[in-house]
Amino acid sequence: MSDLLIWPIVTPLAAALLALVWPSRATSIGIVAAGLTLLSTLRVAWQVSRDGVLELALGGWSPGLGIALRADGLSAILLAMSGLVSMAVAVYASVYFAGSAQRAGFWTLWLLLLTALHALFLSGDLFNVYVTLELMGLAAVGLAALGGGREALQAALRYLILGLLGSLAFLAGVAVVYAGFGSLDMATLAGVAAPVPAAWVALTLMTGGLIIKAALFPLHIWLPAAHANAPAPVSAMLSALVVKAALYLVVRLWLEIFDGVVTSAAAWVIGVPGGIAVVWGSWAALRAARLKLLAAFSTVAQLGYLFLFIALAAGLPAGEPRAAVMTALVLMAISHGFAKSAFFLGAGIVMQRAGHDRIAELGGTARALPLTTFTLALAGVALVGLPPSGGFLAKWQLLTTAIASGQWIWLPVVGLGTLLAAAYLFRLLGHAFAPGEGVGPRLAVGREEIPALALALTATLLLGLGAAGLWELIPVSAYAGRGL
Amino acid sequence: MTLSFWLPLAILLSSLIPGVLIFLLAEERHRTRTALNLLGAVTKLILVGVLIWGVFHEQVFETRWALAPGLDFVLQADALSVLFVSLSTLLWLVTTVYAIGYLENSPHRSRFFGFFSLCVTATVGLALAGNLFTFVLFYELLTLATYPLIAHKGSAEALRGARIYLGYTLVGGLLLMIGAVWLHSLIGPVDFVQGGMLAGHGQLDPGVLRWIFLLLILGLGVKAALVPLHGWLPQAMVAPAPVSALLHAVAVVKAGAFGIVRVVYDVYGVEFAAGLGVLDLLAAVAAATIVYGSFKALSQDHLKKRLAYSTVSQVSYIVLGTAILGPLATIGGLVHLVHQGVMKITLFFAAGNYAESLGIHRISEMDGVGRRMPRTTLAFTIGALGMIGIPPVAGFISKWYLGLGALQAGVGAWVVPVLVASSLLNAAYFLPILYRAWFKRPAGSWPAERPHAAGGELPGALLWPPLATAALSLLAGLFAASPFSPLEWAQLIAAREYRP
Amino acid sequence: MSLTLLYALTGTALFLLGLRATLLHAGLLARVVALNVSGAGVFLILVAIAYREAGQPVDPIPQALVLTGLVVAVSATALALALHRRLIKEQAHE
Repeated sequence: MSDLLIWPIVTPLAAALLALVWPSRATSIGIVAAGLTLLSTLRVAWQVSRDGVLELALGGWSPGLGIALRADGLSAILLAMSGLVSMAVAVYASVYFAGSAQRAGFWTLWLLLLTALHALFLSGDLFNVYVTLELMGLAAVGLAALGGGREALQAALRYLILGLLGSLAFLAGVAVVYAGFGSLDMATLAGVAAPVPAAWVALTLMTGGLIIKAALFPLHIWLPAAHANAPAPVSAMLSALVVKAALYLVVRLWLEIFDGVVTSAAAWVIGVPGGIAVVWGSWAALRAARLKLLAAFSTVAQLGYLFLFIALAAGLPAGEPRAAVMTALVLMAISHGFAKSAFFLGAGIVMQRAGHDRIAELGGTARALPLTTFTLALAGVALVGLPPSGGFLAKWQLLTTAIASGQWIWLPVVGLGTLLAAAYLFRLLGHAFAPGEGVGPRLAVGREEIPALALALTATLLLGLGAAGLWELIPVSAYAGRGL
Repeated sequence: MTLSFWLPLAILLSSLIPGVLIFLLAEERHRTRTALNLLGAVTKLILVGVLIWGVFHEQVFETRWALAPGLDFVLQADALSVLFVSLSTLLWLVTTVYAIGYLENSPHRSRFFGFFSLCVTATVGLALAGNLFTFVLFYELLTLATYPLIAHKGSAEALRGARIYLGYTLVGGLLLMIGAVWLHSLIGPVDFVQGGMLAGHGQLDPGVLRWIFLLLILGLGVKAALVPLHGWLPQAMVAPAPVSALLHAVAVVKAGAFGIVRVVYDVYGVEFAAGLGVLDLLAAVAAATIVYGSFKALSQDHLKKRLAYSTVSQVSYIVLGTAILGPLATIGGLVHLVHQGVMKITLFFAAGNYAESLGIHRISEMDGVGRRMPRTTLAFTIGALGMIGIPPVAGFISKWYLGLGALQAGVGAWVVPVLVASSLLNAAYFLPILYRAWFKRPAGSWPAERPHAAGGELPGALLWPPLATAALSLLAGLFAASPFSPLEWAQLIAAREYRP
Repeated sequence: MSLTLLYALTGTALFLLGLRATLLHAGLLARVVALNVSGAGVFLILVAIAYREAGQPVDPIPQALVLTGLVVAVSATALALALHRRLIKEQAHE
């Protein structure tokens, strides 16, 4: 029993309502709520690292009938990442939306998004997962459409339709789970799930729905437009956190709850599209004409890596190597979360100064915005997976596992993906360092530049050199039926 | 936590912290920046002095913490790392002084010196890396830190050179990483152990080990500019003179060569590697590189390009010494790691001075420059004579031991002719320069003469560094037999590597 | 064939029909309607699951799921339509 678990959900929810009724104070409400939410997420993470799995049966109803909230290593880490990223985004957004007509709308939707995300990470029950998934999707679509404009609206609509389709497939899967196993409580399911047709059908449906939301190739088509046309703070949230929520569920389903159902042949079904996504996404990012589009395609590639990790882990028997791969997967996911949000915030700063984000016309950026250029470079290092970033460590683990399990095919994939990623990063930096006058007046270091820099530093230095604790935290699982 | 934990880390931080501070410094704060630069360089030198003393007395220094299960970040100091770390620290100090003088009144100095410090940090990290993983980490960092230095001028040519450099080194880094990961997946953490750590793992498939060796050498060979992986080096000479000096003498090419030494001696073990038969191939490539680089140098009129091809050739002496089994060849290769650095940095400093004060970039423009700039030309002469291998300059010692080592190993029949041919070629491309500089009459006017204060040929910050390093290359040759000389130190390492 | 199975199969058919239309149609309104058809299919499956034996009370959990699902579907449809209207206005401006 732990009441700690409701705070990461209730705080942003209450703030969202407050911001709705008191729009003139929306910014302050948002910042304070982000701070309190951050504290509550860190509290949860700290408690989990000390005591292990936390559980809370809401209203005193036992799981099965009532709704259970649970926090284990995986959810605690994602929760903490969400708290940190959203704090930085909030600080930046307070400047970005200052004096904008969309200010109140942004904060309400943004706080709702945070509520849904945290509820999703903490849900111990598949139906709640469905509800939070929908809530998250609706809030995300509202945010993506915030900028107005034809392109943003079209992208948001496409995002909504495909997202709904994904949720429906997920819900159908949930129905099959209930029909087959008589329970929706994830911990119970982890104990009873067996390789029977109902499990296969359910897993197929749910995974099908989730990979739309997690933008796995070739179902990523909605992502680049939606992420690139949203306002920068929103893009940061969408790329860093929202796609991760769907990915988180795939990890839960494939590696924990339905662990005994997933065969190593099935792993190829998500591994191969993952591999293609790595190469294709990086290639598209290299060809992208706009900075935010580059970042969005890079997200497609990074998600490809994450699915590769899942496929590799699913092919391993339970045990230490598998826990190591899973931890590397989480490390990769949170590195990307921090780095990509830093990247989008940096892109937002550049875009507001230059009035556009066409890469070829960004000459002079390095001179006008040295700190932001540095942030973009640092975030880029983590995205490429160069040392000393978390991405480098994760990639090392990925390659080790691929070689040790004889799956040589992933070597050229990772190699090519890395080189293409380096190419798109240095192409950007080449333009940024070139002489030019495109970027407007020099900026005082402050609420705009510091949050992005802090995120980028977290992705590179902190996760690259000080993430050893993850390897102890991830094996603390509430759902591992057969043990990790 | 004790001195033995903190010292390697402190050596790293003594350039990292000034580097970060310099990035944050406003462009106009020249004095503060200079002070930070020199403070960092001198602090590092003192710390390295403590380290040398400790290692000489077989004290163990190790900074280690876990990044993940089985992946430790390890900095340690053995005799080999001390050799490289003291070379880079000493030359960093000299190059810093030179760079401060060279970049006077040029823009973007905060950026330059920031990356300059990061570059040295990465090099020192490489030198102190205690396992293959840490080595790979710093190897990639070095790539990242040098790219902005090569691109520094921002011209189309500089950006192109930097892009080519990046292309080569990133692919190289990737190959190295794959090799390292492969090895790691076979035997777990790959620590650097004197005498090699593979010798204890007898049951491994030799075929696989050969493949891994190939991957590692390909990855390292890019930076060490082994033919045919050397293509980036002549392009990278567009960098400002202090960067070229550092690149050719300490940082990049040396990182590659040092890596090869590490892999052969402390990962595979030289006898084990010889048993696998991989050293013959390495020796052949090194010999080919030595001759090829010298031939290419012969036909370059651009001074820095001639020096660049000379580097291609000279660095492979180190590789050659490594690839020949036997302590004498080892000594020759290792001592050349230091000697080549000191001599080549002298040559690049001098080349920078010619360009800076008279606008001379080509050898055909050098007629009579000796009379105009006698002190710079004196330094250049000493460096060039050393490269040819004329006693008592340090280069002679290297070639002498390499030759003896080849004879000892029974491969003198082809190595000695390579050495002789290369020395003749060295003479053929250096002596004409010296002849022009000292004995020809000036053509009349210099390409782009810069007005200077009356009296001296250049400001002291540009003049003293080449003279100092020239003096060092003389001293290293003259006092080769005294304690703590590079030669003595190389003998110490060889003795420890071949210790039964 | 039991009644439950009939409902479930009908639900599946509806779901697939809606899915096909959502993916193939270009018009937004058609896609929203198709999504709702799909949704109805899923709800039908859930209702079928809830049925136990004649005379026994139905399982309340799937019914609760259907209720929640309906609310979600309505709000999502409303959002889609609202966005569509804004898009039309936006295009009229150009």
